[in-house]
Amino acid sequence: MTTKLLTALLLGTSILGSAGLAHAEDVTLNIESWRGDDLAIWKDKLIPAFEAKNPGIKVVFAPSAPTEYDAALGAKLAAGSAGDLITCRPFDKSLELFKKGNLADLSALPGMENFSPVAKSAWQTDDGKSSFCVPMASVIHGFIYNKDAFDKLGIKVPETRDEFFAALDKIKADGTYIPMAMGTKDLWEAATMGYQNIGPNYWKGEDGRKALIKGDQKLTDKDWVAPFEELAKWKPYLGDGFEAQTYPDSQNLFTLGRAAIYPAGSWEIGLFNTQAQFKMGAFPPPVEKAGDTCYISDHTDIGMGLNAASKHADAAKTFLSWVASPDFATIYANALPGFFSLNSSPVKMEDPLAQEFVSWRGKCKSTIRSTYQILSRGTPNLENETWVESANVINGTDTPEAAAKKLQDGLDSWYHPAK
Amino acid sequence: MAVQARPKRPFRWHIAVFLAPAVLVYTAIMILPLAGTLQLSLFRNVDQHQVFVGLDNFRTLFGDPNWSVNFWNALRNNVWFFIIHMLVQNPVGVLLAALLSSPRLRFSAFYRTAIFVPTILSFVIVGFAWKLILSPLWGVAPHLMDIVGLRSLFTPWLGKEQYALTALSLISVWQFIGIPMMLIYAALLSIPDEVIEAAECDGITGLSQFWKIKLPLILPSIGIISILTFVGNFNAFDLIYTAQGALAGPNYSTDILGTFLYRAFFGFQLQVGDPNMGATIATMMFLIILGGVCVYLFLIQTRLRRYQF
Repeated sequence: MTTKLLTALLLGTSILGSAGLAHAEDVTLNIESWRGDDLAIWKDKLIPAFEAKNPGIKVVFAPSAPTEYDAALGAKLAAGSAGDLITCRPFDKSLELFKKGNLADLSALPGMENFSPVAKSAWQTDDGKSSFCVPMASVIHGFIYNKDAFDKLGIKVPETRDEFFAALDKIKADGTYIPMAMGTKDLWEAATMGYQNIGPNYWKGEDGRKALIKGDQKLTDKDWVAPFEELAKWKPYLGDGFEAQTYPDSQNLFTLGRAAIYPAGSWEIGLFNTQAQFKMGAFPPPVEKAGDTCYISDHTDIGMGLNAASKHADAAKTFLSWVASPDFATIYANALPGFFSLNSSPVKMEDPLAQEFVSWRGKCKSTIRSTYQILSRGTPNLENETWVESANVINGTDTPEAAAKKLQDGLDSWYHPAK
Repeated sequence: MAVQARPKRPFRWHIAVFLAPAVLVYTAIMILPLAGTLQLSLFRNVDQHQVFVGLDNFRTLFGDPNWSVNFWNALRNNVWFFIIHMLVQNPVGVLLAALLSSPRLRFSAFYRTAIFVPTILSFVIVGFAWKLILSPLWGVAPHLMDIVGLRSLFTPWLGKEQYALTALSLISVWQFIGIPMMLIYAALLSIPDEVIEAAECDGITGLSQFWKIKLPLILPSIGIISILTFVGNFNAFDLIYTAQGALAGPNYSTDILGTFLYRAFFGFQLQVGDPNMGATIATMMFLIILGGVCVYLFLIQTRLRRYQF
């Protein structure tokens, strides 16, 4: 009986396992990621560079769609079929995985010393003692504009809000271009490229964000309602039918040269460089009056962690140490202009648009998105509600005050900061 | 013939053997997961441990405005989704079937196939195709409406709170119209010629023949279709998810029970999934569908008259 069972089991494993055992001597590491756009860069540049240095380790980059990533990853981890290396979302999503024991502790990983405490903060326990993901990159928000269009219409790059709206008016009056390429169909564009993009100038970056977490400020305060008021003013400058315009629609509208300004995240640079046939420039979110301190959203966006259940933990750690090295940072930042390395050693970048974005780190103060740390832990989820309300404000469904009140009420229902 | 006394009948093993595969498969893939879901809804995760909390999750779902508002909104939307199907899909399905069964219609096999094809398409294809068709930027809908001079009536339907759900319901109707059509068509074909001839002898033809003879005979099929539509609609998820995303925008106006369940169970973006609350919603969906099916079985089906030929 036992031998029969054993034979059956062996037979089963030999059939199921044969696919993975094609190269028995090589260890194959699978990377889980939501960055499907980066498939070519991983396959052609990063993985070959690693494999050349580390024979015997094969790496496979297996991305899923951004909106499905978290759910899919959660299900895979629960089922034990997740890849060895896990691309980490910042803050609570990854912290939750670490607490559940899905991510291994990487505090002692060789290479972690290459990162500043701020860079590591997105992937640490609340007390800062354990790190569980290697920081890979941050993204910076701003506006990308069509330089040809600006030159043709004689528009100067706007620095203040008045100049910004004057420029939009001028583009609209001319009629050749849609002033701004953004839609509200996918909701997150309005929140991420809108609210979180222009917001830091109003709530003064880290000061406001931390005060909100402490409970000293509320989302119904003037500084937090003001970005919604500005968003409401964007409506007339968006394209016809923006309510049903999706994120890829906005990207295409801009890269086809039909729109003049694109509220952007720096991650767009790579795609735009290959698609747009015109010259592009970028400017940070305009401030109220010239000379004001500017604040930018420099959001720690991607890290990479180790699946605690990985069968090839040692090989995976070798890979992660390489990810933490300046070598990786240089290839990554140049292959993916717009994803700025968090590595302490300065990385030289070739792309002019990426240089423009990263130059704001010198003159503006950096912050991260306001809803990401701690504030999106409860129900209702502040980040999701911000998506919905930002779109509502632009669509005109809600007034800025009503939207802010809804967000604060939702937050109040579960978040009680100790005073 | 030898007469033998049989003290008792032997146990009829073959019945158990023949039933076993279906019972086992059905238990393994339907009954156990269902019981698991019901069980999950009675527990809650406290400090990484599952703790039995009785009906507390249901109290949260209905008592906490953060959950109940969304739940009632999803249920309301789901009912509207169902109403549109009942008002559009089934009458039009009957009409198409009646037209197809007309002996004077040419190419009926072609029409039958063409109308049925969307049903076998994937939701993903249907969702993306319609998103493109209705796109205000690249869609064919604005151009086609322009040609007939109706451009002013075009709005970005999928992005407007007041139209999005109706638009999606109609897309779903477009996709599934083939099912009522086929079932009714089959029912119409199975009406014996004698009945029709007898009706013709009595002078009942044309439209009144349809209302007085054919419709009563296909009523049981319409009942079955209604209940299939009900179950399908209250389990719907895919189309909304592919067309509008998991947040079922704008402003949750297309959120139905399926998408609400998805967000609660698996989480979305920064929202961490809560399998227990998800299971609670799933249990409510199960009860709603169970209730609807019971109403049909005990109140409607027993009153439908059946005709034996």
